Amino acid sequence: MRVEVGSNPGEFMEQASSTKDGAKDYLYYRHKLPVRVMHWINVVALTILLMSGLNIFSAHPALYWGKSSYTGRAPILQIESTTDANDRMTGVTRIFGHEFVTTGVLGASRGLNGELMNRAFPSWLTIPDGRWLSMARQWHLFFAWIFVINGLAYVAYSIVSRHLSRDLAPTGADLRSIRQSIVDHLHFRHPSGEVSKRYNVLQKFAYLIVIFVLLPLVILMGLAMSPGFDSLWPGWVDIFGGRQSARTIHFIVAWLLVAFVLIHVFEVIITGVWNNLRSMITGRYRVDAEVGK
Amino acid sequence: MNPEQFQPRRRLFFRMLAGTGAVLVAGCDKLSRTEWFPKFLSNTEILTRKAQRVVLPRKSMAQEFEEKDRSPEFRSNGTAMPDNPQYKALAASGFTGYRLEVGGLVEKPAGYSLDELRALPSRTQITRHDCVEGWSAIAKWKGVPLTALLEAAKPTAAARYVVFHCADPMESDGTSPYYESIDMDDAYHPQTILAYELNDKALPVVNGAPVRLRVERQLGYKHAKYVMRIELVDTFEKIAGGKGGYWEDQGYEWYAGI
Repeated sequence: MRVEVGSNPGEFMEQASSTKDGAKDYLYYRHKLPVRVMHWINVVALTILLMSGLNIFSAHPALYWGKSSYTGRAPILQIESTTDANDRMTGVTRIFGHEFVTTGVLGASRGLNGELMNRAFPSWLTIPDGRWLSMARQWHLFFAWIFVINGLAYVAYSIVSRHLSRDLAPTGADLRSIRQSIVDHLHFRHPSGEVSKRYNVLQKFAYLIVIFVLLPLVILMGLAMSPGFDSLWPGWVDIFGGRQSARTIHFIVAWLLVAFVLIHVFEVIITGVWNNLRSMITGRYRVDAEVGK
Repeated sequence: MNPEQFQPRRRLFFRMLAGTGAVLVAGCDKLSRTEWFPKFLSNTEILTRKAQRVVLPRKSMAQEFEEKDRSPEFRSNGTAMPDNPQYKALAASGFTGYRLEVGGLVEKPAGYSLDELRALPSRTQITRHDCVEGWSAIAKWKGVPLTALLEAAKPTAAARYVVFHCADPMESDGTSPYYESIDMDDAYHPQTILAYELNDKALPVVNGAPVRLRVERQLGYKHAKYVMRIELVDTFEKIAGGKGGYWEDQGYEWYAGI
């Protein structure tokens, strides 16, 4: 039950304003149950993977490019703490040879008791809160399985149910409206009415890149760190620059996913936080007949 | 809906978000300290091991590298000098009195001096050492394939694991010697060797002299240093903490292929 309306938001706004008086708000069934369930499983799994991953990273808070960590070249990123003669702790972050003092956030941060501690990432951002590599690995590897199974189920469902072809694949009209969509996003203008039922073109690209590029890449780079999986086809890890490069890519992609989530949540908030939240919980999305907010 | 109505609801959303975050962090830490939850999480290890055993051929080979890939220095991690008088005496004599014992569930227990080990056919491999902490180092190892020692000792049908007993105590009072264990698939793997040379020189004390294990498809802590005795067992439940290795007894996975 899809109502075809102009996919160009500007075009739609004119249409909507002409019917403004007679139109009424109504609830539209936007997200089917499997998508809602898998979305929230993903939220939990990715959150725990990020936080336990940061704890694992803290066991050796340095990133390298290459097959090994000890190549004679300096790490590309290193987070550490130094202590001066007065026992004062400073957090230091080195990126490509540039040194930054990052006390309080990176290298040295305060625990619950308020004392500065030698921690790559602050304890409130890691699971578990303290340095506990074996436990962090348990969390990370358990939720990695949940995340992979959930992701495979999502892709299979999206293909079979045509969620992918119907809702996510950009249409010709979408592609023609990219420029307009960029302008709309930069002005925080978002469609209401019929057009708001569908994903806009930038949204579609963002989701497709996350689903088919970033998430598979972060999984693959995780597997590239496994000495077991590395023996599947000896040398495959070198395609990505070697095991230490894979570890670096894993770390970078994790933060790209955080960037995606920040933008995603920002868009959720400015386009009606409760309406969006409800649509991801009950499936019902209120289609506002009114133009603007 | 006008913006004035909107603000408090947005604020509520952020409060919910922050609240959920705080509950999540505190909850995860509480769960980590229970007995049952880590045990539940550790089911993953079985799943991972089985999945890797399905995907990987039994004798899949770890990547081997070229001379130029070697790390300038192979770093020492963990024990650098075992705090054990007998070991120190052995090291002082250049390991002339060293004897590697092979026993347990075998038909022919044996002992080997360092010269006897060196006289056996050897394997040389340039491999990458992946520490559980995250770093890697590449080095050249030369040693006796474990297969050779096992074929001579003839494990009985009951033998399921090979346990490596080491000279380095992990407690400052000289107790809890390091130990490790692997299954028969890894024991008979061609790259599983007892290395006595590192980068064309006798294995240094900091790296596990006179003999250390290389088990290339697993993480660094499986590669036991200072190996003194090899024991074939049907179960490792009665050894030390019962988890099959020093770090395993501290909560690390027995199967360290990931």
